[in-house]
Amino acid sequence: MSLSDEQVRALETKAEAIRETIIQMLVEAKSGHTAGPLGMADIFAAFYFNILNHRSDNPGWEERDRLILSNGHICPVRYAAMAHAGYFPVEECLTLRKFGSRLQGHPERLRLPGLETTSGPLGEGLSQASGIAYALKMDDKKQRVYCLMSDGEQEEGNIWEAVMFAGKYKLHNLTAVMDRNNIQIDGMTEDVMPLEPVADKYRAFNWHVLEVDGHNMRQFIEAVDEAKTIVEKPTLIIAHTIPGKGVPEIEFDYRWHGKPPTPEEGKRFLKEIRTMNGKVPHEYA
Amino acid sequence: MLNSDLKLSASIFADDIEKASTRDGFGKGTIEAGKNDPRIVVLCADLAESTRAEWFQKEFPDRFVEMGVAEQNMAAVAAGMANAGKIPFMASYAAFNPGRNYEQIRTTIALNHVSVKICGMHAGVSVGPDGATHQMLEDIGLMRMLPGMTVIVPGDAEEARKAVVAAATTDGPVYIRFGRTATPVFTTSETPFQIGKAITLWESNAPKVAILSTGSLSYSALIAARALSESGIESIVLHVPTVKPLDEKAILDAVQSAGCVVTVEEHQAAGGFGSVIAEFLSQHHPVPMRLLGVMDTFGQSGEPDQLLKHYGLDAIHIEEAARALVSIKV
Repeated sequence: MSLSDEQVRALETKAEAIRETIIQMLVEAKSGHTAGPLGMADIFAAFYFNILNHRSDNPGWEERDRLILSNGHICPVRYAAMAHAGYFPVEECLTLRKFGSRLQGHPERLRLPGLETTSGPLGEGLSQASGIAYALKMDDKKQRVYCLMSDGEQEEGNIWEAVMFAGKYKLHNLTAVMDRNNIQIDGMTEDVMPLEPVADKYRAFNWHVLEVDGHNMRQFIEAVDEAKTIVEKPTLIIAHTIPGKGVPEIEFDYRWHGKPPTPEEGKRFLKEIRTMNGKVPHEYA
Repeated sequence: MLNSDLKLSASIFADDIEKASTRDGFGKGTIEAGKNDPRIVVLCADLAESTRAEWFQKEFPDRFVEMGVAEQNMAAVAAGMANAGKIPFMASYAAFNPGRNYEQIRTTIALNHVSVKICGMHAGVSVGPDGATHQMLEDIGLMRMLPGMTVIVPGDAEEARKAVVAAATTDGPVYIRFGRTATPVFTTSETPFQIGKAITLWESNAPKVAILSTGSLSYSALIAARALSESGIESIVLHVPTVKPLDEKAILDAVQSAGCVVTVEEHQAAGGFGSVIAEFLSQHHPVPMRLLGVMDTFGQSGEPDQLLKHYGLDAIHIEEAARALVSIKV
């Protein structure tokens, strides 16, 4: 069922709130990753406020869908989305990367209820998600497993072991989402280590592959719905995103992969997000 | 003298003592654990026959997962299955598991603290003809460093079976090390085994030296103790199958009465069992020590007995090391 315009707007509003929180937490943390989290804010809003069957007041609920974040370094977007979804107070986001915080620089399952896995080292999330999907299938459980990955981490050999495994065992309860933002630490992915034709590669490993605009709520959610109808294969959704999305001055700039905004930059970025680049009035504008 | 309380093999010093590999114990133990608990699953990376994972596969085909030659994926898939409530035993050669997949074990199993049982097969030089690439000598060191990891090196096939069954009901990650070669089965089904407990195979009221050993070389330590006794040197042989957590009390008891220690392991002397004992004793009861292990070198092709002799790990070398240490002890 297609989303109404009103539903789309509501999700976009959540995504903007998540972006604001990301900027605030990174400024406060003085370290961390900016581009990836901003680029994935729409997709995280779609997951936590539309797609996932989950309970923020009972994170360990057995019947929940499982959202695995493989590229753990974009965790600020997950923390922000979880906070806005009611897992913990939004103010706690400001403890990111600080001593004693539940919000570690890379996510740790044992520290924060609601995280499914511990992640950060690249290329391992798809294996873990496949293991979860395999185990759920063994027990005839109906919930779905989602794995969010970066494009850069496709360079890890471990990913292709997992791609083979999920294809072999026809893990149709598994949907992977690749954040295709084309950047990684050392530059553009196609310069560092070309991935294309990445869709064909997954197809060759017996995956169903869809490509969407990762900032288009309707397209993304429709792709997730289509994946549920594919019962012979796991599905990969290649989500084309803009790294740094929402802050035009850093969009597509790979140098923003791994650094936080300064307080001055933070103020400027927040204003850009809140006014949609001057298009709308805002009390802080 | 031999500790009669342990109900060790009746033919322990006979030439025809039963021999079996500790990997056989893995095969038997997983079937037993699988019968006890439907959550037990076995994952294997294209080595079902030689790891004995196929014994479980035949009994529980729906609970066996063929991973192909992909040990990194195996570790993280096992972590995911444990996250979803299963108790996976994952098996491959120790050179690849935990050799190849160490970082996956560190992050997705140890830091994630999930109940995956990592089974490293064909460890040590006694793999024999396959040579250095397959003779893993660094796995105890790698695994004992990981916080929350239990590390077990069974002494024979029977103890290996018990270790697998015990690991299945132990919370969190466990590493168990197995060997390829058939070695003397010196324990029996009645010999006690408990994770975290050492057993005194050979005892004495007035020992001159304590031999602390892990894995199947504990049998060689026993042969050495008997020879030492025949020449008037009394000793204690403490078999320490659980390298982590350490049975500190048993070790202190043995060392306080003997006053010096020889450690024995089929592993690099650096970073392995001997190092564990040295770290502990240096802080709690420093005594003269000799560490028998592989000395900063790789293995090579050969027959198991030939190789153990070459690397100084047979009964004769253990006896000589003990004798030398006793002679210089103040």
